[in-house]
Amino acid sequence: MKTIAALLHEHPFFAGMKDEYIQLIAGCAVNHIFNQGEYIAKESDAADYFYLIRNGRVSIETSQPNYGAVILQTLQDGDICGWSWLFPPHCWTFDAKAQTKVHTIKLDGRCLRGKCADDTQLGFDLMQRFARIMTERLQATRLQLLNIYGRPENNKDQEI
Amino acid sequence: MIPDIFYVKRRTEEYPGTFTLHIKKKDDQPQTSFQPGQFNMLYAFGAGEVPISMSGAPHSTSVYIHTIRTVGLTTQALERLREGDQLGVRGPFGRGWPVEKTTGKTIVIIAGGLGLAPLRPLIYHLLSKNRDATDIHIFYGAKSQPEMLYSDELKNWAQQLTLQTSVDMATPGWQGNVGAVTSLLTTAKIDPENTIAFICGPEVMMRFAIQELIKKNLPRTSIYLSMERNMKCATGHCGHCQWGPTFICKDGPVFCYEEIHDWFHRTEV
Ligand SMILES: Cc1cc2nc3c(=O)[nH]c(=O)nc-3n(C[C@H](O)[C@H](O)[C@H](O)COP(=O)(O)OP(=O)(O)OC[C@H]3O[C@@H](n4cnc5c(N)ncnc54)[C@H](O)[C@@H]3O)c2cc1C
Ligand code: FES
Repeated sequence: MKTIAALLHEHPFFAGMKDEYIQLIAGCAVNHIFNQGEYIAKESDAADYFYLIRNGRVSIETSQPNYGAVILQTLQDGDICGWSWLFPPHCWTFDAKAQTKVHTIKLDGRCLRGKCADDTQLGFDLMQRFARIMTERLQATRLQLLNIYGRPENNKDQEI
Repeated sequence: MIPDIFYVKRRTEEYPGTFTLHIKKKDDQPQTSFQPGQFNMLYAFGAGEVPISMSGAPHSTSVYIHTIRTVGLTTQALERLREGDQLGVRGPFGRGWPVEKTTGKTIVIIAGGLGLAPLRPLIYHLLSKNRDATDIHIFYGAKSQPEMLYSDELKNWAQQLTLQTSVDMATPGWQGNVGAVTSLLTTAKIDPENTIAFICGPEVMMRFAIQELIKKNLPRTSIYLSMERNMKCATGHCGHCQWGPTFICKDGPVFCYEEIHDWFHRTEV
């Protein structure tokens, strides 16, 4: 069986990270499996952990009165789920639910925050990785909002 | 070039505002074969003529298949055609997907919305070559599940090749991916040495898709895309479809990204 450090090395989020840092991070990580339908996170709950998705699909959801859960986005193999652990008030902003059986590496945010405070180089490296993911998600969300597949007259209706 | 007279053999509704016509020559003569990625000029009598991509099997010369979205006068007139009604057809025109370059390569097909229509002949071609399912990856994005083209075929393709779909908006019951189709690419594993990518969809989607492929070190020479501009003659004479130094009707609609990247990102061109 592969060690957590080896699994972290393989995950695209940690691609190219120094082995020394991988070993440090591995100390805050465990394997965790979610069954289909299980909640990984609930809106406004404490965000003490984040997850690297090894395989499976996770939906990021919010609920609307009279509509129930609305899926905003899905995440899959190679994605990362959760960055609320990084910033106060350290609370989840959306629900995250396993749409299939999901194999993850669960990382303890509190443990990592401590290590980042002790070693700012590690903190900077991690921040850069999260900033890239956030930028990608922001770009993808903008694209999603553009209604690019809509008919020309429908797009005109949406002009601000 | 005078249009040939064709009639509608079959008409199917994909979803409201988007339909597929199977058209046949009036005298039932065999039609010219075509290359995946080429297009016809369809003439709706009394309304006008528009370029529409081939979306049927390239080896079949008994009917041409076109999937059309209604946007203006001519496409509305085409939408009103029913089985037996006539239309004019000129074509096939243009330079299609470089199928000869696919041998031995892993193929990545990225389609957005109606962009699946011009890619479908390429998919048929690849399927006819009995290639390994893991060699062909299709990423298809649509607004929502009801606005996905060829839904029955998508189910079949999922058995024969690697298909990932994504919708911008999840409708009740949708169990698949939600998000821009380009998000699927961020985590996709692509071997830059041995992959060729074909992209068709809204231009903004194609720009983002190209960015993702370039991030994965896919060379510009391995990326092909299909472009759209208004057309008149479709034979490279009137200049209507000029785009940078090229004419889309004659030099395209399929271009290698390496040839066009200088002006592809310039909105004024
Ligand atoms: C090579 C090529 C292949 C094409 N293949 C297909 C195809 O397979 N199926 C298909 O449905 N269409 C396809 N098109 C686009 C199609 O030709 C246009 O939608 C059509 O010309 C519109 O004509 P119209 O008279 O109905 O609308 P127009 O009166 O010309 O336009 C009405 C409105 O729609 C807008 N519009 C026009 N063309 C487009 C467009 N392409 N995208 C978004 N908005 C547009 C105009 O700006 C205007 O606001 C293709 C275009 C090219 C160049
Ligand atoms: S449409 Fe006339 S040159 Fe292309």
